[in-house]
Amino acid sequence: MKITKDEVVYTADLARLDLDENSINRLAEQIGDILEYVDTLNSVDTKGITPTSHAVFLSNAFREDEVKESIGADKALANAPEKEGGNFIVPKVINA
Amino acid sequence: MKLHELTIHEACGLLKKRDISSQELTRAVLDRIESVEKKVEAYITIDAETAVKQAELTDKEISKGNILPLSGIPLSVKDLICTKGLRTTCASRILDNFTPQYDAFVIKKLKKAGAVIVGKTNMDEFAMGSSTENSAVKITRNPWDLTCIPGGSSGGSAAAVAADMCLGSLGSDTGGSIRQPASHCGVVGMKPTYGRVSRFGLIAFASSLDQIGPLAKDVLDCAMLMNVIAGYDPADSTSVPEAVPDYTSFSNKGLSGTTIGIPKEYNETKGLDPEVSGAIKNAVKVVEALGAKCIEITLPHTKYAVAVYYVIAPSEASSNLARYDGVKYGFRDKEKNSLIDMYRSTRTKGFGAEVQRRIILGTYSLSAGYYDAYYKKASQVRTLIMEDFKNVFKSCDLILSPVAPTPAFKIGDKVDDPLTMYLSDIFTISANLAGIPGISVPCGFSSAGLPIGLQLMGRHFEEKKMLTAAYNFEQATDFHKKKPEI
Repeated sequence: MKITKDEVVYTADLARLDLDENSINRLAEQIGDILEYVDTLNSVDTKGITPTSHAVFLSNAFREDEVKESIGADKALANAPEKEGGNFIVPKVINA
Repeated sequence: MKLHELTIHEACGLLKKRDISSQELTRAVLDRIESVEKKVEAYITIDAETAVKQAELTDKEISKGNILPLSGIPLSVKDLICTKGLRTTCASRILDNFTPQYDAFVIKKLKKAGAVIVGKTNMDEFAMGSSTENSAVKITRNPWDLTCIPGGSSGGSAAAVAADMCLGSLGSDTGGSIRQPASHCGVVGMKPTYGRVSRFGLIAFASSLDQIGPLAKDVLDCAMLMNVIAGYDPADSTSVPEAVPDYTSFSNKGLSGTTIGIPKEYNETKGLDPEVSGAIKNAVKVVEALGAKCIEITLPHTKYAVAVYYVIAPSEASSNLARYDGVKYGFRDKEKNSLIDMYRSTRTKGFGAEVQRRIILGTYSLSAGYYDAYYKKASQVRTLIMEDFKNVFKSCDLILSPVAPTPAFKIGDKVDDPLTMYLSDIFTISANLAGIPGISVPCGFSSAGLPIGLQLMGRHFEEKKMLTAAYNFEQATDFHKKKPEI
């Protein structure tokens, strides 16, 4: 197999996903198939070829460092699952 | 005359002459939605109240003589484009309760042009899919055959346009997500050049490939929508400051002087349906009769496009979707008491199977030890695919091909086999990798009565040439005039 169950579990952990046994088996098989298909790329000689990450040529988009109107804290917090006093509330991180 | 069946240009003419009012038109479209939505399931959110109010305002403006390019035109928008105050879900449980605090650039443009937004259309979750079956909300059906998929990921938009549940729509295209559903539903759909339309307010899937574009009942409507949404936006750092021509001013005098390339590789594609191939051969005859010169071209790296895409798109997605952590917006699993457990549980419960599959695939491709073998290799082959296009565009102006290898397939047929599903994008993906524009125009029907689309692709920023050829083809045929019986 192109990807082992342990690798699926390790990768899911990096991506902060929990997988049950069924999903692990299914994903190992499906992602294995996809990676095997992707391996057709190995038949292409890419020695010295510059990788492309952006299809249309553009140089850096700079702008002046000026303060402009922004949406503000209230709107930025409007969709927060939990908030208080202008802050996002998250489960406790440090145990006192 | 049924008002919901009007094209945008027809409706604009009637509104301008005050033969109809925006309120009559909007109500007709809302009534149409009400009568067929149960069968088609194209919409996630219908905003009748705001639409009616907007139509009232528009009528007042029209009576004062203030007529804008899309005054009073009822449109729909794919549910991954942010609409201020109107729920935007990406068809995902993780954004089920998300209400944007601002309008996307294209929404601002539509509103400024006088359009009436009637609702948000269904899609594959986070635009990941080719059938709209990956929606966490509902399954959209193809108006031409309710047992078939409408294509995807902009399946709700394509079905809504085909079923006259709006006059036009905006979708997004990352690997074919506008063109493929347009082809399956018998409407016109266009992916502009990367950077032509601002992505500000478009919820990201794969940032180097995503592009917003129109779905419309005919080519002129598509061009009218392009006139409104194209243009430079400093809020999108990949927006290109290139002048916007009047896309609607195309000539209808045939195609002499236009050279159209036909990739020989596309005919050799495994799984190409003979009826699709037949419709494309007919289309070649039509463009030749219109005066175009057709030549055989070769895109030798095109066969690697799907493999390249399924490394690059999931890699970018795994990074873009890291933001959904239950903290800033969207769903949070409140049962969990530690931060990391909350992240994990929120993401696991919030994302559907296909999204999780792509996040893991992308995370794997980018992870230590695999980056060179997958992401770097794919990005190098992407360069070769772009060079193929650069080379052929020295000898032709446009490329002609199928949009999808088959007509719409049955709901449920490919859900358990992601790789086969991925291969349905084989003709559309290279345009996204190379950033070039592509359009789907109706070019025939299968024996089962399902629409078949023709794809034209052009050089960067040469949408107008592409639209001109599409318009001439459309005017020489009548496939776009047929309507599904629902």
